[in-house]
Amino acid sequence: MVAKLKRYSFIFEELVKRDFKKKYKRTFLGMSWSVLSPLLQLLVMRIVFTQFFGRGMEHYTTYLFCGNLIFSYFSESTGQGMSSLIGNAGIFTKVNVPKYLFLFSKNVQALINFGLVLVVFFVFCLIDGITFTWKFVLLLVPIFSLMFFNIGVGLILSALFVFFRDVQYLWSIFTQLLMYLSAIFYSIDSYSPMMQNLFLLNPIYLYIRYFRKIVIDSTIPSVWFHLLMLADVVIVLGIGCWMYKKYNTKFLYYV
Amino acid sequence: MAVLELQKVSIRYITGDFKDIGLKEFLMRKLTHQYHVQEFWADKDVTFSLDRGDMLGIIGSNGAGKSTLLKVIAGIMEPTKGVVKRNGSIAALLELSSGFDGDLTVKENAYLRGAMLGYTRKFMDETFDKILDFADLRDFRDRPFKQLSSGMKSRLAFSVASLVKPDILILDEVLSVGDGAFKAKSEAKMKEMMGGGTTTILVSHSLEQIRALCSKILWLDKGQQIAFGDDVEEICNRYQEFLSRKNK
Repeated sequence: MVAKLKRYSFIFEELVKRDFKKKYKRTFLGMSWSVLSPLLQLLVMRIVFTQFFGRGMEHYTTYLFCGNLIFSYFSESTGQGMSSLIGNAGIFTKVNVPKYLFLFSKNVQALINFGLVLVVFFVFCLIDGITFTWKFVLLLVPIFSLMFFNIGVGLILSALFVFFRDVQYLWSIFTQLLMYLSAIFYSIDSYSPMMQNLFLLNPIYLYIRYFRKIVIDSTIPSVWFHLLMLADVVIVLGIGCWMYKKYNTKFLYYV
Repeated sequence: MAVLELQKVSIRYITGDFKDIGLKEFLMRKLTHQYHVQEFWADKDVTFSLDRGDMLGIIGSNGAGKSTLLKVIAGIMEPTKGVVKRNGSIAALLELSSGFDGDLTVKENAYLRGAMLGYTRKFMDETFDKILDFADLRDFRDRPFKQLSSGMKSRLAFSVASLVKPDILILDEVLSVGDGAFKAKSEAKMKEMMGGGTTTILVSHSLEQIRALCSKILWLDKGQQIAFGDDVEEICNRYQEFLSRKNK
């Protein structure tokens, strides 16, 4: 495993560099967009939703930002990861390189963007009067598991995308639906306990809720909550790896 | 010991309706039993072995299964039946100018290609200038790749690949690119590599080139192995005869 990592580290670095360069090609602000666009999104949401939901909720901006932060990372990572295999068809049909590298490269980019926005998020927390506790260290748990969750979803999507290009349209509709179901700008407190439990089936909601619990409530989620998160990651990562393994030498028939 | 050994390698290629159809089409055709996948044997029972320093030329008309065979040797595809044994590192140059990225500079592309061929960064740092010199692209170092002519692109591809010392080197229609001067230079380079012990596999439509370079020859036709041997001259003559008979 280590030998393999070493062997492919050079090509991986080059792929990451290439993807970065291509992403910010011909943009005036370059990488600043990665911070700017979620912030602008936040601003829009803040202005719009404060009128409906935010009244009477403490730290509504932070509440909103938690949701936005997690959700943008998820949607960026998976949306861009989807085309990673097709986009590199010219390479993997000619050279024998591990195909997951293309997805990882895209994921690195999304992760760096997420990191930048996370820094801004902490600044906002400070402004919003949030007290920082040692519990903030635990934020690494949802971050890492979301990272693996995104890789899993990316593997599944990029494989499916090779077979059916419809996937991109279906996925964009699905992410939109998921966004409304992730309680990004509203609170689920007024729903019945039954309904509230249904929200836990949404993996993205779990990450958002974890963030809010730590940052706003300063409480640590239960063990069950952790196990639920872990189960989601294991399932998607398992399916993704299985697909890549099964179709490893068959993708090239479809491109 | 043989560096590369193929035993009764057969490759079934699939083509047909699954390509370029959407989800709706797929379901419709499945439901109405209109979904057809054609299978054919791109290569059937190909058997040969190569020793250190051998230079194999593969000949055959279009659709003979040459490129598919190379992909299996390179490990990009799996053989449906049979065994491929490789003893050593392998570098494949299939359709040279693909896999390059038009938005990157010459330098970045060279590094990316080098990485794909399994070089280390250190090796690329050390040899990059040599690569540029060989390809005659010194002045184009930081130009976007898309501004290069197609001949320049393949020159770069060849230069990057030829520096490696793989045990097995695969070249698909490589030497048919570049102008006369570069052709001579690359042929000389290849001879040098063969002398250095690299086993090379070359696909070419130029019999002249095969005669000049190769020590062994494999003739494929519609996936069937017609001939394999070290009597390059004789097999080339037979192939030529076959071609002229076909054209009549």
